[in-house]
Amino acid sequence: MLTIKNLHASVEQKNILNGLNLSIKQGEVHAIMGPNGAGKSTLGYVLSGRDGYQVTDGEVDFQGNNLLELDVEQRARHGLFLAFQYPVEIPGVSNMELMKESVNAVRQHRAETPLTAAEFLKKAKAACQQVQLPLEFLKRGINEGFSGGEKKRNEIMQMILLEPSLCILDESDSGLDVDALQIVANGVNSQRDGKRSFIVITHYQRLLDFIEPDFVHILANGKIVKTGDAALAKQIEKEGYAFLGLDNSAEASA
Amino acid sequence: MTEQIDQALSRTYDAGFISDIESETFAAELNEDVIRRISAMKNEPDWMLEWRLRAYQNWLTMTEPEWAHVHYPKINYQAISYYSAPKSMKDKPKSLDEVDPELLRVYEKLGIPLYEQEMLAGVAVDVVFDSVSVVTTFREKLQEAGVIFCPISEAIQTYPELVKKYLGSVVPRSDNYFAALNSAVFTDGSFVYIPKGVRCPMELSTYFRINEQNTGQFERTLIIADEGSFVSYLEGCTAPQRDENQLHAAVVELIAMDDAQIKYSTVQNWYPGDEHGKGGIYNFVTKRALCHTNAKVSWTQVETGSAITWKYPSCILKGDNSVGEFYSVALTRGRQQADTGTKMIHLGKNTKSTIIAKGISAGHSNNTYRGLVHMGPKADGARNFTQCDSLLIGDLCGAHTFPYIESRNPSAKVEHEATTSKVGDDQLFLCQQRGLDAEKAVSMIVNGFCKAVFKELPMEFAVEAGKLLEISLEGSVG
Repeated sequence: MLTIKNLHASVEQKNILNGLNLSIKQGEVHAIMGPNGAGKSTLGYVLSGRDGYQVTDGEVDFQGNNLLELDVEQRARHGLFLAFQYPVEIPGVSNMELMKESVNAVRQHRAETPLTAAEFLKKAKAACQQVQLPLEFLKRGINEGFSGGEKKRNEIMQMILLEPSLCILDESDSGLDVDALQIVANGVNSQRDGKRSFIVITHYQRLLDFIEPDFVHILANGKIVKTGDAALAKQIEKEGYAFLGLDNSAEASA
Repeated sequence: MTEQIDQALSRTYDAGFISDIESETFAAELNEDVIRRISAMKNEPDWMLEWRLRAYQNWLTMTEPEWAHVHYPKINYQAISYYSAPKSMKDKPKSLDEVDPELLRVYEKLGIPLYEQEMLAGVAVDVVFDSVSVVTTFREKLQEAGVIFCPISEAIQTYPELVKKYLGSVVPRSDNYFAALNSAVFTDGSFVYIPKGVRCPMELSTYFRINEQNTGQFERTLIIADEGSFVSYLEGCTAPQRDENQLHAAVVELIAMDDAQIKYSTVQNWYPGDEHGKGGIYNFVTKRALCHTNAKVSWTQVETGSAITWKYPSCILKGDNSVGEFYSVALTRGRQQADTGTKMIHLGKNTKSTIIAKGISAGHSNNTYRGLVHMGPKADGARNFTQCDSLLIGDLCGAHTFPYIESRNPSAKVEHEATTSKVGDDQLFLCQQRGLDAEKAVSMIVNGFCKAVFKELPMEFAVEAGKLLEISLEGSVG
């Protein structure tokens, strides 16, 4: 479903990704770990097409499409979803307004009829319940005055509503207490249906206690330097990245 | 990202077509003779002509104001034609069937078919097509309630005592340069009178449209809400595209007697000029309300058009406990310049005013809020709250705020809050990552910013305003 070959990308003319290869099949969960500045978030932004992230080399195939040729919104409509590490506030625009537009933009792309207000509301309520967000959050301005945990849960709520085929979770665990972590993880797990794929970017193994990955990749210096299973994450939790023999300059420069 | 925004913002003007209705138009010049001819065309009584001539004499002694934060080439007032009327209107139609079909087609292009308006919206529409009111609907129903809603030229004939008493009572002839000019040469506009204790049974709506090349539009509106009455008045404008700058200097006077309420809403979408700032309407408007005891006046405006906007709908809170409100959204893009705001003059005791102004600047435009809050020596316990927010789209535009506060009363309270923010790349990215295109994303963010003002508009107008904003921000908003 997603094949990344030799991906090079830079931000403000600084190389961040240096020949990254990654292949993800339907239904798989891939965790991406790595030291600060390794390029983890950059990978999420490059795949979603954010402005300012220049792809200098390589190919990305997403469900038979040349992903790099698509606009941000086209990638989203094809089923690529990014849960933000720092969800931004949009005052005065309610979750409901944005998500109704979003859901119907995706449906239109799939040649499905738009949801009526009532149909949408029903789905939105279910999504809120899934991540234990009170329904009033639908009416509130996007992330406006939300706590850190509420913002992250709100991202997962949006993900559930949009039914994407590939979900990229960018540190969806950061800043969460154990209870909130559990809620986020449950929300994600509820969407694992054997077809939907996930890229879970995280610093900490603890998220992977709740969301069990099929693969764990270590990203360093803009490349995947090691791939394993859940045990690899446990090893890193215990020993840090030192055993990989990475020099610390990577951390400093990235 | 900036490029995307620019693309989203450069759109052609939807209402930019010129219809070819034959017009009777005066040659371009301004002198006493022109004023006499306007007055004669309108069959006006002598007192009206006298009034106009005195205004003209006032105007001659005045100079054009230069304090506003706007720049434009000097206007040659002798190069403007001061009267134009659709020819087929010489004999006024009694119903829509008698209206020039070409005129009706123009309105249909604008999406305001009168038939539908009549039947569906239940709104009485006094249409000003260039300078002569074409048709007034639902008059009889209003008459049942005792409400007078007619072209001001007709009111001058039919209700001379009301017009004589109130015309110029809020905005005097010599108030300012443009008001004096309007007083001398105004051609038509609306007149509304709501009798004591009457709640006007429907929202009154006027669509203005400038159609004749080189024709200044000088509307004059006078609304009188007698004791304990209520009226909601809607004003919407759109103008066709052209290269000549067009001067629009309207005067609106509102009189709210004791315990009366007037809600005056405007959606203004005059032609703003092309992307280089060529063409477009100069909108120099004087709007003012006089509030007697316990009266309340709300101005709500959504301004997206005009090359230059110079406009300060104001309230004189003369009576004790009177209330003034001003809710404004002003959007500028391209080379548009807006200098707009309000004046709240607190004279009576316990008077209250609220100002919510939202300015949105995009492209190379400049958007200025200018407001005065005046607390007079007798305004014991008077209160004002002002909130003034600016939103910048891109980095070539400007937002400016000039709040003036004059307090002559130690018991008066004035609060002022102001913010400036930018439509962030991260906000746009969030929306696009959720599947929205850039245009839709920008318009959604801007609509969110304006929510506090839109909720003050009458329901159907709020929808229209949201649409207008979207159109103004898109290739063709929706």
